[in-house]
Amino acid sequence: MVGDQVSLTSQVQPIEAGGEVAFATFLGDEPTLALANGVVLVNGRKVEAHPGAAILCGVSDGKWLITGGDDGRIVATGKGGPPEPLAEEKGRWIDAVATRDGSVAWSAGKQIRARDAGGALKSWTAPSTGRGLCFLPKGYRLAVAHYNGVSLWFPNASAEPQALEWKGSHLDATVSPDGRFLVTSMQENALHGWRLADNRNMRMTGYPGKTRSVSWSHDGHWLATSGADACVVWPFKDKDGPMGKAPRECGVRPQRITQVAFHPRALVVAVGYADGLALLCRLGDGAEILVRDSAPDQGAISALSWDDRGSRLLFGTDQGVAGLMTLPS
Amino acid sequence: MAASQTEKASADKIPVTVLTGYLGAGKTTLLNRILSEPHGKKYAVIVNEFGEIGIDNELVVGADEEVFEMNNGCICCTVRGDLIRIIEGLRRRKGTFDAIIVETTGLADPAPVAQTFFVDEDVQKFARLDAVVTVADAKWLSARLRDAPEAKNQVAFADVIILNKTDLVTPAELREVEARIRAINPYARLHRAVKCDVAISDVLERRAFDLERILDIEPEFLTVDDHDHDHHDHDHHHDHDHGHGLKHYHDEEMQSISARYEGDLDPNKFMPWINQLTQTLGPSILRCKGIVALKGDPQRFVFQGVHMMLDGEPQREWKPGEKRESKVVFIGRELDEELIRKGFLNCAA
Repeated sequence: MVGDQVSLTSQVQPIEAGGEVAFATFLGDEPTLALANGVVLVNGRKVEAHPGAAILCGVSDGKWLITGGDDGRIVATGKGGPPEPLAEEKGRWIDAVATRDGSVAWSAGKQIRARDAGGALKSWTAPSTGRGLCFLPKGYRLAVAHYNGVSLWFPNASAEPQALEWKGSHLDATVSPDGRFLVTSMQENALHGWRLADNRNMRMTGYPGKTRSVSWSHDGHWLATSGADACVVWPFKDKDGPMGKAPRECGVRPQRITQVAFHPRALVVAVGYADGLALLCRLGDGAEILVRDSAPDQGAISALSWDDRGSRLLFGTDQGVAGLMTLPS
Repeated sequence: MAASQTEKASADKIPVTVLTGYLGAGKTTLLNRILSEPHGKKYAVIVNEFGEIGIDNELVVGADEEVFEMNNGCICCTVRGDLIRIIEGLRRRKGTFDAIIVETTGLADPAPVAQTFFVDEDVQKFARLDAVVTVADAKWLSARLRDAPEAKNQVAFADVIILNKTDLVTPAELREVEARIRAINPYARLHRAVKCDVAISDVLERRAFDLERILDIEPEFLTVDDHDHDHHDHDHHHDHDHGHGLKHYHDEEMQSISARYEGDLDPNKFMPWINQLTQTLGPSILRCKGIVALKGDPQRFVFQGVHMMLDGEPQREWKPGEKRESKVVFIGRELDEELIRKGFLNCAA
């Protein structure tokens, strides 16, 4: 299937991660990995972000990597300097983190907290654990995914959050770059979406497994998703989003897709599989370029991230193998 | 080949013990006992309340028992989403603990906990349900079985029952409560205890869900019963005493039904039957288990289920000289014994 495609495998510089890679990002130019064992590697520099604990979730704005651990701590790691503890929920786990414009939000069970750039802390108790968080692009507003739907919370308003209801357990939450659509991944091997203008429901089903990785294209017109043996890409350009439309599929292989990351400037999506293989797929014609060959004993791809310019792709596996691919100029 | 791989994969998974028991039965005592013994193992403990257990070294996680209904139109398909999340998180500490213990609240229904291990692919890859262990209060269980449906569910679901506080009852009362337990669940291993003084090996690493036991033994109450039990055709009802100094009850609501066939089943009949049965009777079936010889298959097929959820796989090759036979067990509410037994026997190859 990937026989005669172009290969970039010689462009990959290996990185010794030394532990399961939970999250990958770039802090400025520095390739940065958050490891399950509590360590953050900033371009090889070892930062003990969560000593003796596990990192459960991570998010990055390109300047700071924010991690949440099973030590109840929320920690910000920057390009230089020591890790900065932002908050602590004693005796709890941090289940999700989100950041935008200097604001940080996290959940510890039902306890949802948001801290704005000025440091003002607001709290809200969700009906059940907040599994997924994301800030909406406009205003200071947080989407919280939980059982039976999503709540849209204005931390600075006293009003009860607006409830978007859909039965089932909602996991991760993501909003389209233009703020028109909110999408959650669900326990039931499906995505659920809402058009925020009128809260109309959208069901995106047919996955053989759970979708735990999603990525918006740079123009916001496409949403790439993991959870199937192909990268399923839903169209969000039209006002109805993917309603009544079939998704595109690319990178079809007899292997489950575990991670997806759209290129920041082109309609090319990086796709990682359970057997450790990683590909670039061009959405237009489905052309594929191999980034990393399969190596099942080195684990599944567990993290993927492009740098700002889209010239480098960072990947990691759940067995502690990682690499940095640089596109030839 | 496939069988040995299956066994290996199953052996690599982290065993999960679910601890249930009605309010005040002694779950916390048992948990403290497990954690304080010098067993050399490290446990991840998922508790619903901090503070009551005395642990220093263990990994303790608080859970909120967040149950949700699967979005599949079946009200009995309830799952503990918090458990999925916690096990997903514990996976990140892989290698630092040997087993997981889940403590449930006294009023909890064990079904959502058990179903969690059927529903989630990631949980299934990492962990396996080792056993449901129910702590029961010897003095109060009989009363609770009458007035608390939760207590009855906990007994019905159990693979291991610790009958605690036996020092507080007379020998006659003890026989009575044991007979009541057996009426609901004759397959669980039952241990008498005072202050939960049972051997840890009786509670943990039971592989109770590996089902071996159901083929090896007849329901214990039947062994003291003078009915013809080889054909399971007895047709008697509520509380009555068969003598032998042992009481024999039939619970009015909850029963266990077992059926055995000394030979191969036709897979083209058995699979549709078991699927259809659990789909239609799922809400009233609490647990089902079976070991089955399928015609033409050198491997034993094992399955287990909770309500409508079924999980089956080839387990291992039938050993030379081992009798190929099939046996199924159902525990549930108001089950139609005749219907189930006939349906099963119709699957004969």
